[in-house]
Formats: sequence, C-alpha cells, structure tokens
Amino acid sequence: MSAPAIDAATFEALKETTGAEFVVELVDTFLQEAPTMLEDLRRALAAKDAEKFRRTAHSLKSNSNTFGALTLGAMARELELTSAAKVSEGSAAPVDALAEEYSRVAAALSALRHA
Amino acid sequence: MRELRSSPGRLLVVDDNKVNRLLLTRSLELQGHSVASAENGRVALEMLRREGFDLLLLDMEMPEMDGFQVLEQLAGDRQLRDLPVIVTSSLEGVENVVRCIELGAEDYLSKPVNPGLLKARIGTSLEKKRLRDQQKELMRRFATPEVAQDLQTSGFSLGGKLVRASVMFSDIRGFTSLAESQPPEETIELLNTYYELMFDAISGHGGVVTLMMGDGLMSVFGAPVPLVDHGESAVRSAQEMVELVDLFNVERKAAGKPPIKIGIGIASGEMVAGYTGTNKRATYTCIGDTVNLAARLETHTKVAQRVILIDEATRSSLSERIAVEPLGAVPFKGKSNAVEVFAVDPAQR
Repeated sequence: MSAPAIDAATFEALKETTGAEFVVELVDTFLQEAPTMLEDLRRALAAKDAEKFRRTAHSLKSNSNTFGALTLGAMARELELTSAAKVSEGSAAPVDALAEEYSRVAAALSALRHA
Repeated sequence: MRELRSSPGRLLVVDDNKVNRLLLTRSLELQGHSVASAENGRVALEMLRREGFDLLLLDMEMPEMDGFQVLEQLAGDRQLRDLPVIVTSSLEGVENVVRCIELGAEDYLSKPVNPGLLKARIGTSLEKKRLRDQQKELMRRFATPEVAQDLQTSGFSLGGKLVRASVMFSDIRGFTSLAESQPPEETIELLNTYYELMFDAISGHGGVVTLMMGDGLMSVFGAPVPLVDHGESAVRSAQEMVELVDLFNVERKAAGKPPIKIGIGIASGEMVAGYTGTNKRATYTCIGDTVNLAARLETHTKVAQRVILIDEATRSSLSERIAVEPLGAVPFKGKSNAVEVFAVDPAQR
C-alpha cells in the first residue's frame, strides 16, 4: 500500500482558502513548471552543479507540499539535503524515482483539477 | 467576507518560483492588500527603490540575488532599512532562520504558509510600520534631521536625563489683539508664515522646537543631541528670528498690514530632558528652573522694552562679538534671589 499521491486534506484546505478557480490556475502552473524543474535537476547533475541541484530540489519540495504531494515533497527534500553527495555520485536513479512519483502526482492533480 | 484585522497595505512578494509567487499574492489579495511581485532580489530592490511599499515578503532561495543579499542591501539603505520584511521560505536549518532575523527580518514564516498566521503577522508588521512612519513624520516636523536621526536610533523610551542646555521661549507681542482685529484665516496664514520662518532659524542653529502654543514657541538647544556652544547657538538663532521678522514686516507693510513684534527669552543650565506622556502619546520636553527662567525672561521683554533677554549663564557662554547690555538684577516670581538680566543687540552679530 503506497500513500496517496496527494493528501486530500491539504488540497481541500488550499481550495478552501484560495478559491476553486484559483487552484485550477495554480495546478496548471505547477504542471507547466515541474517538468522544467525535473529537467533542471538532470542538467545540474550532469554539470555537477550541486548548488543548482539543491535549489531546484528546494523549489520542488516547496511546491509539492503546497498541493499536499507529501511523498514527492519528502523525496525532493531528501535530494535538497544530500545535494552534494547526489551530485558527486552522479547517479540518475534518485531523479528517475522523483520523476516517477511526479507522474503519479501529475495524474492525481489533473483528476482533482477536473473534479 | 472575513473581517480585516488591519487596514490594507501595499505589499511586495519576492519569490523565484511561480507557484509560490501566485499563491502568496492570491492569499494577500484575499486579505485586502494590494500586491506586486518580483522574481528575484535584484528586481525587488529596483521596485523598492522606485515605488513605495509597506511590507516585503521575501523568499530566501533565489538565483541572481538571494534573500540574504536583499536583507543586507536593505540594512545598508537609509531609505529602506525600516521597511518591515517577513521571510517566507522553506529553508533547511535553524541557523538560516537565525541569520534572517539577525539581518533584520521582522519575522519568519515557513512554507507552505498558513493563511491565518500570515494574516496575523502581516497585520502586526503593518501596524508597526504605521507607527514608525507617524513617529518619523512627527520628527520631521519638529526636529532637525540630525535630531530625528538620533532619536530614531536611540529609541523613544519614556524617561528623562539631566542635561546642560539652553532653552528659548518666544512669542508675538500683542498677538491676541492682532488676531481679534483681522479675519481668522488671515491669522492662521500669518501664524503659518511666522512658524515657518522661526522653525528655519531655530533648526538652522541646531535647536529643536518642543512646544507650540498659539503664537508661542519653546525650543531647546543642546538636547537631545549635545551641542557644545548651546548658549551661543540659541542667541544666534534668536538674532536670526528677529532679522527674519523684520524682513517679513517689510512685506507686510507693502501689503498694508501692521508689523508684528516678537519677544525672546533664553536661559542656560541644567535641566531634565526626555519624553513625557504615555506610551501612546509622548512629547519631548525639558523641565526645571532653567526652563522657568527662560519663560520669565521672555515675559519680561515687554517690561524691559527689549527684544531678546538672556540670563547670566547664557551671557557668559557668548563670544565677544555679540553685544550684550546688562540690565541689572530683576526679581522674578518664584525666584528667591533677583536674577541678572542681559539684553542682546539683535543686529550685533
């Protein structure tokens, strides 16, 4: 049993405080921006740019938590905190795992967006 | 619609992440504020220097110029260093939060920001900003820039200290009958022009106006900022006041109006200076025998038929160039011994 991609309570609270229409706009923005962030992570990894890697993971963490994508947020946080090691190891596996969790989140958000 | 805790302000949101920027802007707009946003520190500083904002909501992790650099720049900028900053970030590590506060951030909210907390913190910050702006405005009106600066850095705590300074009282002779003989708006216009001239002469010599009552002014030289030659500064300021009134009278005569005459009394010595009042409303003032004597000397100008009267302590502090005429000892109400009084020649500078 894996945890839901999106924590329903967090997402509902977001809708409650900012308005349903606005949340649609916000989700769309995230779905536009997140692939770029994943791409940035891969590029930073290849360029051995630990600072860029850390900052991008930080942004992704922050956005994930906003929507209640708690697993994605935790994974991004892990990358943020261990950026130097991840960059020196140079393995794409952690970013691949992150991208996979993101697909789950994106699907859940798209469904919620149309709900 | 929920009730607003405080009146709305003009806010700037700085965040490089679009989702964060949109979300924070939306939350603040829902609370009734007017919000602008910037995507990095450099752009934010440009906007802050160009437009007036009441509050800055600052993200820390940003390319080009990060939040720490923005805080450093703000602290070094005289125009912007009082701008309240609330850091909104998801920084890892308490030491980073501590660094924000040390660099002058008013508060730290971690992301995702709780709307209730956001509202409360912003309300408090805006209220503080408003109070500070009011104080600055008061200072700007009543004190020289140097004094205002000093008070701002030393704070506004109530309580006095013993200082050596000179106090000056001045007013317009026969003002009541003058006011009764002309339309009220003309009296106000006269007072405004008169005050403007007197304030210039007083602050130009390092004095601070501490009291305005009708046509009367009380000003202090040597407090809150010490002034080495406070006696001479007060006397020179008095001479300039007389000269400015003479020039003003030339204008009045040309307009067919009667001239005004002023009387000035100055005394020097120890006095208690500081803020009195309550925490909500306080005024800077000086208290003591020296202050009473200055007031008596001013009243005595009518009897002595002189424009500027000073006491012995003030006279002994003057340089030779200022011509002084001894008028002998005068018994004043409230004084056990008669006081030596001197008249200053307004023109002899």
